[in-house]
Amino acid sequence: MSATTGMPAAYEGQWRLPPRGKVGMSSLIVGESAIFTIFVVAYVFYIGKSLSGPTPRQVLEVPIFATICLLSSSFTVWMAERAIRRNRVSTFALWLGGTICLGLVFLGGTAIEWHKLIYQDRLTISTNLFGTTYYSLVGLHATHVVIGLLMLTIVFLFAVTRRVRGQHAERITVLSMYWHFVDAVWVVVFTVVYVIGR
Amino acid sequence: MAENSVPLPGSIDLTRSRGYAPTVLERLHGWLVTVDHKRLGILYVTYGILFLLVGGAEAIAIRIQLAVPRNDFISAQVYNRFFTMHGTTMVFLVGMTIIFGFANYLVPLQIGARDMAFPRLNAFSFWLTAFGGLLLYYSFIGGSGLSGAGSAPDVGWFAYAPLTARAFSPGHSTDYWALALIVSGFGTLGTAINIVTTVLSMRCKGMTMMRLPLFTWLMLVDSGLTLITITPLTAAQIMLLIDRYLGGHFFDTQAGGSAVAWMHFFWIFGHPEVYVLVLPAFAIANEVIPVFSRKAIFGYPAMVAASVGIAFISLSVWAHHMFTVGMTSFSNAFFVLSTELVGIPTGIKIFNWLATIWGGKIRFATPMLFAIAFLFQFLIAGLTGIMLSIAPWNWQLHNSYFVIAHFHYVLVGAIVFCIFAGVYYWYPKVTGRMLNDTLGKWHFWLFLIGFHVTFDTMHFLGILGMPRSIYTYEPDRGWKTLNMITSAGGIIQGIAVLIFAFNLFWSYFHGEPAGDDPWDAWTLEWQTSSPPPVYNFAQDPVVRSRRPLWDLKHPEDPDWEYEG
Repeated sequence: MSATTGMPAAYEGQWRLPPRGKVGMSSLIVGESAIFTIFVVAYVFYIGKSLSGPTPRQVLEVPIFATICLLSSSFTVWMAERAIRRNRVSTFALWLGGTICLGLVFLGGTAIEWHKLIYQDRLTISTNLFGTTYYSLVGLHATHVVIGLLMLTIVFLFAVTRRVRGQHAERITVLSMYWHFVDAVWVVVFTVVYVIGR
Repeated sequence: MAENSVPLPGSIDLTRSRGYAPTVLERLHGWLVTVDHKRLGILYVTYGILFLLVGGAEAIAIRIQLAVPRNDFISAQVYNRFFTMHGTTMVFLVGMTIIFGFANYLVPLQIGARDMAFPRLNAFSFWLTAFGGLLLYYSFIGGSGLSGAGSAPDVGWFAYAPLTARAFSPGHSTDYWALALIVSGFGTLGTAINIVTTVLSMRCKGMTMMRLPLFTWLMLVDSGLTLITITPLTAAQIMLLIDRYLGGHFFDTQAGGSAVAWMHFFWIFGHPEVYVLVLPAFAIANEVIPVFSRKAIFGYPAMVAASVGIAFISLSVWAHHMFTVGMTSFSNAFFVLSTELVGIPTGIKIFNWLATIWGGKIRFATPMLFAIAFLFQFLIAGLTGIMLSIAPWNWQLHNSYFVIAHFHYVLVGAIVFCIFAGVYYWYPKVTGRMLNDTLGKWHFWLFLIGFHVTFDTMHFLGILGMPRSIYTYEPDRGWKTLNMITSAGGIIQGIAVLIFAFNLFWSYFHGEPAGDDPWDAWTLEWQTSSPPPVYNFAQDPVVRSRRPLWDLKHPEDPDWEYEG
């Protein structure tokens, strides 16, 4: 049929299309960014509008350690991706396990922070506007961390049972794109909640 | 029917199946578990048309109630539920499902692909959307809890705060509304991701971006816009549920929250949503108008650029729904100007369609009739839109029937007319049979007359000061006659839609066999058989121009010699 449509034969070899996984994940990230944008805008808009205490300055402590953990997990997941591209499954599993640990430490940090806020400072989601916007925004981000950790753990289990190989590198890239996104969102959340909002 | 017979040898597999007839149960099971983009497309459109009848019935009930003053055909409470459900149904369960149904069915065929990029995500998205619709309508039974009598949401389709707060909307009806939109919103997001990925990553050889059929191009723009349009609504609905269930204060003005924030969040979704719905209407017009004018589309690159421009500008116009709320004069000026800016790319499109028709050999088949009506009506809709975008004019007419008339001119006069054009155009491809033309002409003329009787009249009611969302009015307000005329037009439209629904059903069994290319068209979907086999194309097509079938049919005068 290529003869009838007159396509030059030389054309056929060089038909390149962007990979599905990356395009799909990029689209998801665009959509998710819009969700986060609305929550971030709401947070910024409501800064200082609470009619009662506690205020962010009184109760919030900057989670420096948790932040360092989460941001360095972007590096470990990148190293994992590099390892699987070179078909080194054990190294891959190691870096991936490191990523999961760092993510868990971050979540643990959030848990401790929330425990302190709820039981010591008596700040819940219904206490005041600050509580509403804080728990919603940080909680939305934490939900994304949990989802990311679930996916990373599934891949980790496949890796330790030797079911992941070099040919799956493309899919690992897609997963790591999501994880980088979760990290990047934290930079925004961190800036808004702990730097501007405090 | 057409002289030039496609499919060409090799484009479909002629091997006979072994004559095994599946049982009814097996067929149903097949539809339930299908991941085939064509079947999902049919499911989407069928689902949308069923809800079109439901939402239409609600509109008829509203119009009967308003036909005469001090009527008590339905109570004030039921009236509120009906206009809320009518709006929500028509936007989310009719508009969105039908346009994504078209995209599902046609995009892979037009780009010569086997299926969508993520077939299982596709099925998942459809069933999410379908479940969202059921959830919304279940509120009629479960809105007050199973023990109480049912009550559908009654807060209006834009559900302004603080009406949605627990104190003013007790029971669960508002929760059903929010949850239904979150669930169907995720379905829409999945489909949008799928369409973007399909168009970018699944094109057949030679289908460069500037050779995409315009339908596909617009669905790409539309899906990209959907990604950043439907998600703010999801975010706002999550906030609403946090307010209602966890005691949050986002929209609680007594705790420092802001009701105006909800308006902003809703219209950041709500206005681009109009363009999400209207771009597919343009997409259908882009296919129908050239084929029935027997000319290639005029100004293809300008059409693409205008579509991207419309999507881009539409993101910065939302607060023109809020002039009466009281904004700063800077905001007013900004949103007046940005709204009027939309007129430029839209004007480019209208002139390009006119230039396509100009000098063409026009065939007035049913799809073309609907497309021409669309052109005329969309122009008027755009002009009343520019009137409403002027802030002082808006202060005068906001929340009056003039606004109702304006947006129904867009939603019905442009979008529904194009959807009908698309159904008449592609039904032969989907079923292998033509829709009955006599019934189609009856449908067209009755719907056209009914449409103008209803919505032209509504403009005058608005100018005479009739506000929207009122369940009745006093006889001495001077709105009696016009309301009766409006309602009569509604009945005529209802009859026309019933004729259409009957035609869909009747022609499936008794329609004239269509052949593979009944309209002598130029895009790839007409190259395969009608209905297309599950695999779409036995051999992957290769294209060299925007009209691959023209090249096939006219090897002596192919398009690629003219396209840059």
